[in-house]
Amino acid sequence: MSDIATTTDAKLMAGQAFVRARPIVPLPPPLTEAGAIGWVRKNLFSSTLNVALTVVCAALIVWLVPPLVKFLLIDAVWTGTSRVDCLPRPDYPEVGACWAFVIDRINFFTYGFYPIEERWRVNVFFVLLAAGVAWMAWLDAPRRDLGVIYFFVVMPVASLILLLGWPLIGLEKVPTTSWGGVLVTVVVSAVGIVFSLPIGIVLALGRRSRMPAVRLFSVIFIEFVRGVPLITVLFMASVMLPLFVPETWSPDKLLRALVGVSLFASAYMAEVVRAGLQAIPKGQYEAAMAVGLSYWKTMGLVVLPQALKITIPNIVNTTIGLFKDTTLVFIVGIFDFLMTIEASRVDPNWATPGISTTGYAFAAIFYLIFCYGMSRYARFVEARLAAGDRR
Amino acid sequence: MAQQTTGISGLKPAPLKTGVAVDLIGVHKWYGDFHVLRDINLRVTKGERIVICGPSGSGKSTMIRCINRLEEHQQGRVIVDGMELANDLKKIDEVRRDVGMVFQHFNLFPHLTVLENLTLAPIWVRKQPKKEAEEIAMHYLQRVKIPEQAAKFPGQLSGGQQQRVAIARALCMNPKIMLFDEPTSALDPEMVKEVLDTMVRLAEDGMTMLVVTHEMGFARQVANRIVFMDEGQIVEVNEPKTFFDNPQHERTKLFLSQILH
Repeated sequence: MSDIATTTDAKLMAGQAFVRARPIVPLPPPLTEAGAIGWVRKNLFSSTLNVALTVVCAALIVWLVPPLVKFLLIDAVWTGTSRVDCLPRPDYPEVGACWAFVIDRINFFTYGFYPIEERWRVNVFFVLLAAGVAWMAWLDAPRRDLGVIYFFVVMPVASLILLLGWPLIGLEKVPTTSWGGVLVTVVVSAVGIVFSLPIGIVLALGRRSRMPAVRLFSVIFIEFVRGVPLITVLFMASVMLPLFVPETWSPDKLLRALVGVSLFASAYMAEVVRAGLQAIPKGQYEAAMAVGLSYWKTMGLVVLPQALKITIPNIVNTTIGLFKDTTLVFIVGIFDFLMTIEASRVDPNWATPGISTTGYAFAAIFYLIFCYGMSRYARFVEARLAAGDRR
Repeated sequence: MAQQTTGISGLKPAPLKTGVAVDLIGVHKWYGDFHVLRDINLRVTKGERIVICGPSGSGKSTMIRCINRLEEHQQGRVIVDGMELANDLKKIDEVRRDVGMVFQHFNLFPHLTVLENLTLAPIWVRKQPKKEAEEIAMHYLQRVKIPEQAAKFPGQLSGGQQQRVAIARALCMNPKIMLFDEPTSALDPEMVKEVLDTMVRLAEDGMTMLVVTHEMGFARQVANRIVFMDEGQIVEVNEPKTFFDNPQHERTKLFLSQILH
């Protein structure tokens, strides 16, 4: 018995019948395939092109990373109270980033000219917003229906009262002209997102409506706004609008920018949502209609939940764009985060050769953290949806 | 009593207001220049089971989709249980509430669980309380023999199970008339029987049914009349026995010779 097995296992001749006598136990793969060496061979040096790319990338890393680390960390100045601390001295010839400046000005970067004793209100706003974002972003969160109401109704109203002030409940009024820094950047982005999504959904539905008037309005709005740069929209909102409305009814400068940004973002959001709507098969509409659901219920209960889910990565992409575009509000004289850095870097108390680089590096890190976070989130949702489709 | 144990619903179908369930009178429809339905005349009485067959593109699906206004007809009259379908949206909704439909590709809502698929319309259209809707849904899931799947999502079920869920979804609205648009055409061969069995039991309850299908065994067993269509026209309407054993029209004979091997 055992000899037959060894002979047949050893070599199977052509045309010979075969019955396996002994199972083959799993063996570890050869070293060239597994482990660190296998990984490096397979991923970095698998072909001539790959070898070339690996060498170029390694060179780039060697060229860029050490000076960056040297500037940002090794030579950086961490403590100090004025420009003198960030100037080269005989015992400190090479000065890197002047983080002392950022630390000194961090409150200005965060709150702008918001009155110091009222800044706790801004902090509460940040917490409210973070809670809302977490509730919406965590897909398995309890009561996401309430989360939607919180995010789109409760939070905006509460934030408005909190930030603007309401003397009746003992909150002193703070004019929007004293808002600034991260606060303005976050407010403009958040308002842009909170308003652009619902308006975008309505526009997307309008563009697919069977009623020609509704369709025409949606198409004209979307195409007009998309055909104009954001700067133009902002200029229109801040310069042109006051010409058309009575002087007594002159809306707040920040409000005008907010409206401009929201409408601009809505047009982009509408196209993103429309793409999602188009991905929903006709059968879903028919099944919903066949059980007697009306147009709005069909959309709200069947089509949009599916369409929005598949558009989340694109919605986040638009949001990232919007977040960075908010820096343009400086052009109409609003003190956003980047503008506070602009103002501080020319401050005589801190003006040194390296101060601008430090300020911009800080801005870059700030935007990078937020945008990369959003991007990772979009990837996570995509991966989860892919897993859901396999189900 | 016997019906309660053999039938699918365990409940009588909702009563029709009139003796005529569906009346199609001189119905014409065009897709652009293409004359897809040509002078369709068909009267379906209460409790009748009609099987509609014919080559693809003959207008079978379009015809039954006119009955719940998924397609608009351009000439003639479509009367469903005494209500004429025109542009009156309210009437269309009323008709859709009374007419259940089962599709070739199931068209379940993939983002909802099986139970939520069944309760969606009863809650939002019939305004049933959630608990009551869920009880009724579970009842029908038991009747289509998949109560254990209630918490799953449609994508986790086999094709046959999905189609049975789709039938249960339509039944939850307590329809007077059921339309089936090629309910077994998208199924693996092994799944066809479980769906047909479900439909047979539904027929035993006395449900008025219009079924577009190529399952000739089902037609022979269940149908009161078979409608044969070709090129947008009704070519022949006959009882199953005559239809299969002694077809009258040449086109019917050709069709049967092609599909019955």
